[in-house]
Amino acid sequence: MRQGRLTRWFFQNVGLASALLLFAVLFFSYNMMHPRGFSAAVAVQNANETAAIAFLAMAQTLPVLLGGLDLSVGAVMTLTNCIASELVNGSPAQILLGVVATLLSGAAFGLMNGLIVVYGRIQPIIATLATGAIAIGLALLVRPKPGGDVDGDLGWALTNSVWDFADTYGIAGGGDAWWIRPFADIPVPVIIVLLVTILVWVPFRRSVTGRTVYAIGSAEGAAFMSGLPIDRAKIAAFTLGGFFAACGGLYLAIQTSSGNADIQQAGAYTLNSIAAVVLGGTSLLGGVGSAVGSLIGAGILRVISFYFRILDIDPLLQPLIEGVVLLVAVSFGAIRTLRVKNKLDLFR
Amino acid sequence: MTDAIVEYRGISKYFAGIRALENVDFACKSGTVHAILGENGAGKSTLIKIMSGVFQPDSGEMLLGGKPVSFATPQAANEAGIVCMFQELSLVPDLSVADNISISSPPRRFGLIDRRAQVRRAEELLARVRCEDVDPNAMVRELSLSRRQMVEIAKALGKAPKVLILDEATSALTARDVRTVYDLLAELKDSGVASLFISHRMHEVEALCDTLSVFRNGQHIETFAKGAKSEREIVQLMIGRDVEAQFPPKPKPVAPEELGDPLLKVRGLSWQNRLNGIELTVHRGEIVGLGGLDGQGQKELLLALFGVLRDVEGEVVIGGRKGIPSSPAAAKTAATKVALVPEDRKTEGLMLGMPIADNLLASSFQRISRGPFIDPALSRQAIEDGISRLQIKAGSASDPVMTLSGGNQQKVVIAKWLMIDPDIILLNDPTRGIDVGTKQEIYRLMRDLANQGKAILFYSSDYAELIGCCDRVSVLYSGRIVAEKQGDDITEESLVAASLNIDVEAA
Repeated sequence: MRQGRLTRWFFQNVGLASALLLFAVLFFSYNMMHPRGFSAAVAVQNANETAAIAFLAMAQTLPVLLGGLDLSVGAVMTLTNCIASELVNGSPAQILLGVVATLLSGAAFGLMNGLIVVYGRIQPIIATLATGAIAIGLALLVRPKPGGDVDGDLGWALTNSVWDFADTYGIAGGGDAWWIRPFADIPVPVIIVLLVTILVWVPFRRSVTGRTVYAIGSAEGAAFMSGLPIDRAKIAAFTLGGFFAACGGLYLAIQTSSGNADIQQAGAYTLNSIAAVVLGGTSLLGGVGSAVGSLIGAGILRVISFYFRILDIDPLLQPLIEGVVLLVAVSFGAIRTLRVKNKLDLFR
Repeated sequence: MTDAIVEYRGISKYFAGIRALENVDFACKSGTVHAILGENGAGKSTLIKIMSGVFQPDSGEMLLGGKPVSFATPQAANEAGIVCMFQELSLVPDLSVADNISISSPPRRFGLIDRRAQVRRAEELLARVRCEDVDPNAMVRELSLSRRQMVEIAKALGKAPKVLILDEATSALTARDVRTVYDLLAELKDSGVASLFISHRMHEVEALCDTLSVFRNGQHIETFAKGAKSEREIVQLMIGRDVEAQFPPKPKPVAPEELGDPLLKVRGLSWQNRLNGIELTVHRGEIVGLGGLDGQGQKELLLALFGVLRDVEGEVVIGGRKGIPSSPAAAKTAATKVALVPEDRKTEGLMLGMPIADNLLASSFQRISRGPFIDPALSRQAIEDGISRLQIKAGSASDPVMTLSGGNQQKVVIAKWLMIDPDIILLNDPTRGIDVGTKQEIYRLMRDLANQGKAILFYSSDYAELIGCCDRVSVLYSGRIVAEKQGDDITEESLVAASLNIDVEAA
């Protein structure tokens, strides 16, 4: 029964592995075709456009792992985007305070979602449909018209390469220190997403609460019988989802130097987050998958859209092609049902 | 008993007014292996679920080490040292073996789960149950049922129990694993652990346990030491002397050669490891019972005949035609129509929130349609017929079916299938959880249908029903028919003995 570690990892994570492969192929050939492929400028531009959806995909992963859906992630992103556009400016201390307040407000909104789902005993999809509308409403109150004032230096530093970051704040010899050279061309948004993943997602996954989230999605009855803290895990999952959504909203504010209570944008981000989660190999039935997969799923979604710039394809075809790619990718997950021996199991 | 580790004093538990346990006094000592015996529904599961914090008793008190306790959750029971291995496994399929073994209190470093320590711990515990071949990093989903049971045992061991409850823990194990479990229980006994052992295998109980308790109808009948009673006496204690329900008279048994060709013939039917070569025939006008303890393959047999299972091996001849129906839709529309009254009426039998009328019509839309549309007049007629034929007590046919009592809900399920005028009727425990009056109506209906020339295959977990209703009874054990009783040979004693796969005459 013992297999090599790599083989076993592959078989236990077929969804994630195939997503990784698909992303690698798409990204590599995109850069091959791009006239300035594999350059820092292209990487920075791509990373900037991917960061927000990557955070939202991570936010969506948690409710999906529980076996539900969160329709409020886009709205929470919009709300925190508007909050950030009010707060993230002034002295460095004020900026820091603004960043913390933005992230906390998103987490608080997620906490509210969790409390409603657990103690109100309402299905996540309908609870978050309602709270999503509330979030948009609050966003419109905070910022009735698009605009705002986000610290310019911060905006420049966080949306360019590591060298620009160091240069802006005059650290590491303005980006010329020997130890920063190997990283100089990496886009800052990539670093931010990776940092959040390593500092927040990885510890969560390795906590009892995180594992309970997986157990609930896989077999809630067994989780209960094993004496796991089910309510706490659900609330924590939604809270963390709100936090990730706030990361997305904050980044969007920094990137655009403004806030915008855009209803269409919120809806599109929510739906794309679900698509990214599924592309990343997370099961909508819950219990299987990871936020890392969702990051890759978000990457796949964005790379597809990048192709429309370099190839001479009618941009009107973009939704159609994205839809086909999603459908094909998801079909692989359905192969499992061919192995079911008791057809009643298909409905459980 | 002063040295009892767990003691029940006058514990009762009811479910929707139905008694599961009544005024039970029970005690279990440290350093013993204590068997709980009883028929299906005798209250064994309720007994241990109260002990392990899944249910709370309605009255009475439980003492642990002489102090009154009450457990709100399985977690609380675990913390007090009571660990239960449930019949329905409590493993999470999408987590690894190591994750599952340490699921509620994993080893941690800096507050985070220490995966390496967890794998080491899993390896140690798996070694204790001699399952070194199980990879701690494998997903539980990938393991066979017998390996999962062993992982479950390792998980229970890891909680260092004072009281270990094994509910049918050996039902899927291989002979080698069973020996391992024997050794383990002996080891635990020496270290002062009390083990409660629920098994339907008499020889396991004989080999393992030192004390036996018999339960019947939610009551604790007797506790005695091993060897104090013969197998035959134990079986009699399990059956008791209960008032029998009224059954319609049976026709005179017909000699096999006069029955003619069977309507349903099953040869060597096998599926996964749940059915292992079933041989069975049912003729027109016959009610054939399926006996045996729960989970010996009776349900799977009925599902297989109704086209629900994939990759079924063996031969089935239905009305002279070879082949297993490919799906329920095929089963009900074939030349010889098959109907199944399923195990769980709430999920498989009914659409609870929908009106009685729609439920009644659910499997016979073809008969009441003209072209693509449902004909209102035909459907009204069909609904009226169904309600009056089964005497369903309902305010209005447009009420949701969940407003009915259990007995009337079951009548709706039966009426639904009678509407297609089936030739073979498969019944999966149709009287479970319904009142005595309705039960009797169902018995009469079954006999009427048989007299009309239907072939009926009837699984029941209640031996009295099998004796009262069936012309023949086939007893299943581990997916095989181990005995077939006919006429006067159908007695509680013979059925109970056959379902434990022991020979009373020899004992």
